[in-house]
Amino acid sequence: MNTVMQTMIKKGRLAIVLWLIFIIGCGIIISRSEFTTDLSAFLPRNPTPAQQLLLEQIHDGLASRLILVGIEGADPVTHAALSKQIAQALRTNSAFVSVNNGEPVTADQDQAYLFNNRYLLSPAVTPERFSVEGLHSAISNSIDLLASPAGLMVKSLLPRDPTGEMVQLLGQFNSGSRPQMVDNTWVSRDGLRALLLLQTKASGDNTDAQQAAMSAIQHAFDNADSRTPATKLLMTGPGVFSVTARDTIKSQVSRLALISIVLIASLLLLVCRSFSALLLGFLPVISGALAGIAAVSLGFGSVHGITLGFGTALIGEAVDYSIYLFVQSEQNDTNDQQNWSKRFWPTIRLGVLTSIFGFSSLLLSGFPGLAQLGLYSIAGLIVAATVTRFVLPHLLPSNFRIHDVSTIGLTLSSLVQHATKLRWPTVLLLVVACVILIQHRADIWNDKISSLSPVSQAEVDLDTSLRADMGAPDVRYLVVASGASQESVLQISEQVAIQLQTLVDKGVLAGFESPSRYLPSTAMQNARQASLPDTTILMARLAQATQDLPVNAELFKPFLEDIAEAGSQALLQAVDIEQTSMAMAVDALLIQRKNHWTALLPLTAPEGTEIDTRQVRTLFNTANLSGVLFVDMKAESDNLYSGYLNEAILLSLGGLIAIIGLLLWIFRSPMHVLRIITPLAAAVITTTAGLAILGQQLTILHLVGLLLVVAVGSNYALFFNRTDNLLLPRTLASMLFANLTTVAGFGVLAFADVSVLQAMGVTVAPGVILALIYSAIFARKSHV
Amino acid sequence: MMPIVTISCTVFSLDRIRPLIMLLMLIPIASHAEHWDIKQLMHDLAQVQSSHAFFVEKKSIAMLTAPLESSGELIYTAPNHLEKRTIKPKPESMILDHDDLIIELDTQQYSPTGNQHSSQKYHLQLQNYPEIAVFIESIRGTLAGDLTALQQNYQISLVGNINSWTLSLIPSNYKMQAIVECIDISGTNDKIQRIKISQTDGDSSLMLIEQQ
Repeated sequence: MNTVMQTMIKKGRLAIVLWLIFIIGCGIIISRSEFTTDLSAFLPRNPTPAQQLLLEQIHDGLASRLILVGIEGADPVTHAALSKQIAQALRTNSAFVSVNNGEPVTADQDQAYLFNNRYLLSPAVTPERFSVEGLHSAISNSIDLLASPAGLMVKSLLPRDPTGEMVQLLGQFNSGSRPQMVDNTWVSRDGLRALLLLQTKASGDNTDAQQAAMSAIQHAFDNADSRTPATKLLMTGPGVFSVTARDTIKSQVSRLALISIVLIASLLLLVCRSFSALLLGFLPVISGALAGIAAVSLGFGSVHGITLGFGTALIGEAVDYSIYLFVQSEQNDTNDQQNWSKRFWPTIRLGVLTSIFGFSSLLLSGFPGLAQLGLYSIAGLIVAATVTRFVLPHLLPSNFRIHDVSTIGLTLSSLVQHATKLRWPTVLLLVVACVILIQHRADIWNDKISSLSPVSQAEVDLDTSLRADMGAPDVRYLVVASGASQESVLQISEQVAIQLQTLVDKGVLAGFESPSRYLPSTAMQNARQASLPDTTILMARLAQATQDLPVNAELFKPFLEDIAEAGSQALLQAVDIEQTSMAMAVDALLIQRKNHWTALLPLTAPEGTEIDTRQVRTLFNTANLSGVLFVDMKAESDNLYSGYLNEAILLSLGGLIAIIGLLLWIFRSPMHVLRIITPLAAAVITTTAGLAILGQQLTILHLVGLLLVVAVGSNYALFFNRTDNLLLPRTLASMLFANLTTVAGFGVLAFADVSVLQAMGVTVAPGVILALIYSAIFARKSHV
Repeated sequence: MMPIVTISCTVFSLDRIRPLIMLLMLIPIASHAEHWDIKQLMHDLAQVQSSHAFFVEKKSIAMLTAPLESSGELIYTAPNHLEKRTIKPKPESMILDHDDLIIELDTQQYSPTGNQHSSQKYHLQLQNYPEIAVFIESIRGTLAGDLTALQQNYQISLVGNINSWTLSLIPSNYKMQAIVECIDISGTNDKIQRIKISQTDGDSSLMLIEQQ
């Protein structure tokens, strides 16, 4: 006996040392981990080219770097003054690439760039344009314009630009709709809000930089002279969203974790009436949580905030193992603990295994967020169970004793004996639930990607309203040109632009953008330069062209000079555009990734209608352009999510099959497995029907929640269907306590503001209660 | 009103002639059955809900060797919609709706296979183009009888009587004064018959309007 004790103690020491090393290792990994809160974890790992584009745009596309600012609460003049003061303060801040509030700050540079380079930029510049006939029609167009109400604008230009290239360029650049103005600053349509559009230097997924940018805006607003107590500052944009999402997730996760821990601790204290039991009970939980985070960090390179939030809820399940140990091995001698590991551990081990089988299917998900949840659960549960089995018994003090729960156990026993009478009413309830599910089958799933977003509806509404004020529609349709160099993508853009122009002429499109508009390819610039005739030839042609026009050829002397200069001017480079507002456009539309270049050509729908995408696709099919992709961003993101949802449904079914397979392999009795599965299936069906009645549409996280109901519930079903028919009162008591802690952990999530956490909470909390009750109801009759 | 000027040039001291001036100032009013002044004119113009007219316009531009003549029709719907449709020598249109100005010109694009005609559209928001707005707002404001809007942008003087009046508008903004010298709008009753624009650089335009 003595030697047995000694080996036990030796083994115990070894286990404790290994465990400590493991915990320290986890701590080191976690301290080096990166934590994220953006939606990228819920986007696919192996995207299609179109999805890739979507992802890049979400991460650091122009749209991701825009912050829309609104100022309201006072009168329009105060708003305008504030807008100017804020803009002035921020223009000197290097965190912002551009600060626009409608003030014509870059107008002079813009005009100078366009005017000085008009013969390299204007698509009308061709050899024909400078023939006698070409000059004749161009000059006569200019005279018509001169006589029109807009004539005043071009009067001073005529001697230098008789062919109207500047007008051509301005016409192209001013095609988009602009906000209204008050005192030279942008205001909303109703005039009640001043508007600013800011572009940050940092990408939208750099949440720290976005937060700094937001603080800078707030600071500029707080220190503006015209600020009154009534004035209000509004901000929106993808960067703002990620900052608020991070703040929400951070505060929610820490608050929820705290509440869960307090709740579970109170429960444990209530049951065990012992502080040492409380502390010891949390050891497997903490070990599991640390292992989960470390595993995710190692496996994915970063840990998502949602995973952490999920982790706090999983405390409720991991603590079950300690409860099983404490309650089920009630006597205070080592024999009983050994007894526990012999008699109860196999059942718990099987419970852990079913959970692992269920969650392992998530590991296969193409979406890192889902896979993270899977890995976290598996690692967390394995470690929590292992620590409970091999470390915790050695740490229990020899006089460890918890409060006697046998009275509770006995009460439960008598309840359970009557539970089987409820079988038929339960079957009826299940039939009703099935009918409800069939009735709701069409709208049971929420297939909008926004259902995953941690951004609240109020923030989305503000964003929509500011965007509408700004006249900035979402970029939905894009033509994407890819190539190996800037020159090649610009050349492709120019070819695409020719095709798109035919659609604009037909009225299919209102317009489109192209980087080649602001920065033509070198080949195009060379061709335009080559179209310009030399001075003597041009002079002769001008004289001929103006013969029957009401204008003297002598008027165009400055034109001759400009053409001569343009013929030998240096070609435009990206650097030439830097001081103009067009730099922002080029920056957004021309993207370099290592050795790969992409040019984006966003399309604008005709007012009040949608773009006929069929015509666009047909055009590109017949034009046979290589390296060109037409992308519908909204369709792509919806496809992405529905693919995601379908995958998750398949994986969950796979998990279920894996669990059934495992149970069949262990028990080799289909009837026995059916008895275990029935209460779990019943819990899933009832919970889903309940959610449907309450109008909650199911998202992927509800699905993960259902998987968790099966995983947790399998423990109960296994205990109730033990082959040795041994269901002691204290086992029953342990199950009730385990159930209560799980409900506490997940029930707290149901009150979260972050939709994904809330979804899991409302599914798991009622689901596990039902799983316990159904397990009792459907258990074999002969026990106790 | 003219007599006032004559009297003020005489040797009488101002104090002594004041009652006389007062009296003389009443003459134009007394000569009419009812009180007619700029407010009344604006009130009358504001009553017009829509109108349709033909115009002939002649523009003299120093850069060009000959004046440009055009003709077409004008359509007005109170208070913010004005269309000018030129028929000769080439079709073109200008449509003003609130702040939006859409100018559509017939343009020809030379190509070796023959000239291609197409229409070129310019969409301007007047708030962004004060130089254009200064012309258009004078006409729109007068048509709408919007005295407040006119007084915001111009120094206004009215001469004549209800049967033959001329409204002279001089921009109050000095930047606009550098472009526009004066806009004279003449008419009878609630109908505009003539718009003469004199630009500071000497260019001018005269539009004669015949109401249907």
